[in-house]
Amino acid sequence: MVTNITNFGRSGLSDWLVQRVSAIILALYTLFIVGYLLFHPGLDYAAWSGLFAQTWMRIFSLLAFVSLSAHAWVGLWTVTTDYLKPTGIRIATQTVIILAIFVFLVWGIQVLWGA
Amino acid sequence: MSTLQVSLYRYNPETDSAPYMEEFQVDTQGRDLMVLDVLHLVKEQDNGLAYRRSCREGVCGSDGMNMNGKNGLACITPLSEVVKNNKLTLRPLPGLPVIRDLVVDMGLFYKQYERIQPYLQNDTPAPAIERLQSPEDRDKLDGLYECILCACCSTSCPSFWWNPDKFVGPAGLLQAYRFLADSRDEATRERLEGLEDPFSVFRCRGIMNCVAVCPKGLNPTRAIGKIREMLLANAT
Repeated sequence: MVTNITNFGRSGLSDWLVQRVSAIILALYTLFIVGYLLFHPGLDYAAWSGLFAQTWMRIFSLLAFVSLSAHAWVGLWTVTTDYLKPTGIRIATQTVIILAIFVFLVWGIQVLWGA
Repeated sequence: MSTLQVSLYRYNPETDSAPYMEEFQVDTQGRDLMVLDVLHLVKEQDNGLAYRRSCREGVCGSDGMNMNGKNGLACITPLSEVVKNNKLTLRPLPGLPVIRDLVVDMGLFYKQYERIQPYLQNDTPAPAIERLQSPEDRDKLDGLYECILCACCSTSCPSFWWNPDKFVGPAGLLQAYRFLADSRDEATRERLEGLEDPFSVFRCRGIMNCVAVCPKGLNPTRAIGKIREMLLANAT
């Protein structure tokens, strides 16, 4: 058993499951958005704003944002542990990544519920 | 007369400050020799050349090396399979420390093998004659037990290159599943607990280099998938 404290779920199994479930959610969200844009060729601000005013769309979007955050952390954590061997540089990079993910997530929530 | 251009990785830590490639001309007399035979011919020209070999028939796993960019056993790889433009480039297995020329230090590879406890664990008193297995249970071990530990798979795996101290590697994981799948083994839970961290199994990204190079035609990626299934079944 290799111990780690910086990966998402403290277990490789949970990280692996999170990565796959979040990937499915992101695929569904992407398909929905692309499909919506294709079926609304003359899309204006009112229609787009109306879509995101509905509670189910906000929940769906927040689910996608949370999935993206988890997915990004599991993936980038793996990249940093593969390629960044000096501990100081690795922890610094991981800190920058987790801060960026946190900022983008909070910003996303503000965009969804702020307007 | 047919001359093969052989480019060899040379490194002798006692005399060389850095590894270098050395060119040899080998007369194959038009025969489709095995790569190991070519090495014997090179050694006739320079008997300082170091490489491992023993059974010379793909059973012992000693002469794993990188031939024109692909890992394999020199003794069972014919020239016709690897040589392009009459040129053969031989390097040691990638990712392991080189001791000399084509000889690598397999210490990390064996350490990972040892870590998965590659032996049957059963605490129930042994029956008078032997522990019997049904033919169906025995069938589950096919494609797992045949590994000869040549290290061709693990040293072709980027995940093993980057984390050879943490990721068990395809060879070790194939053996881990060989004992997880064995109906006579009772340590399944303990074995799984030792593998659920982010590195041991899960650093596998499924690129299947191991499957592409295995000289015995085994499939470590499939075994790793089975271990994941067992971990998932055990933990959800």
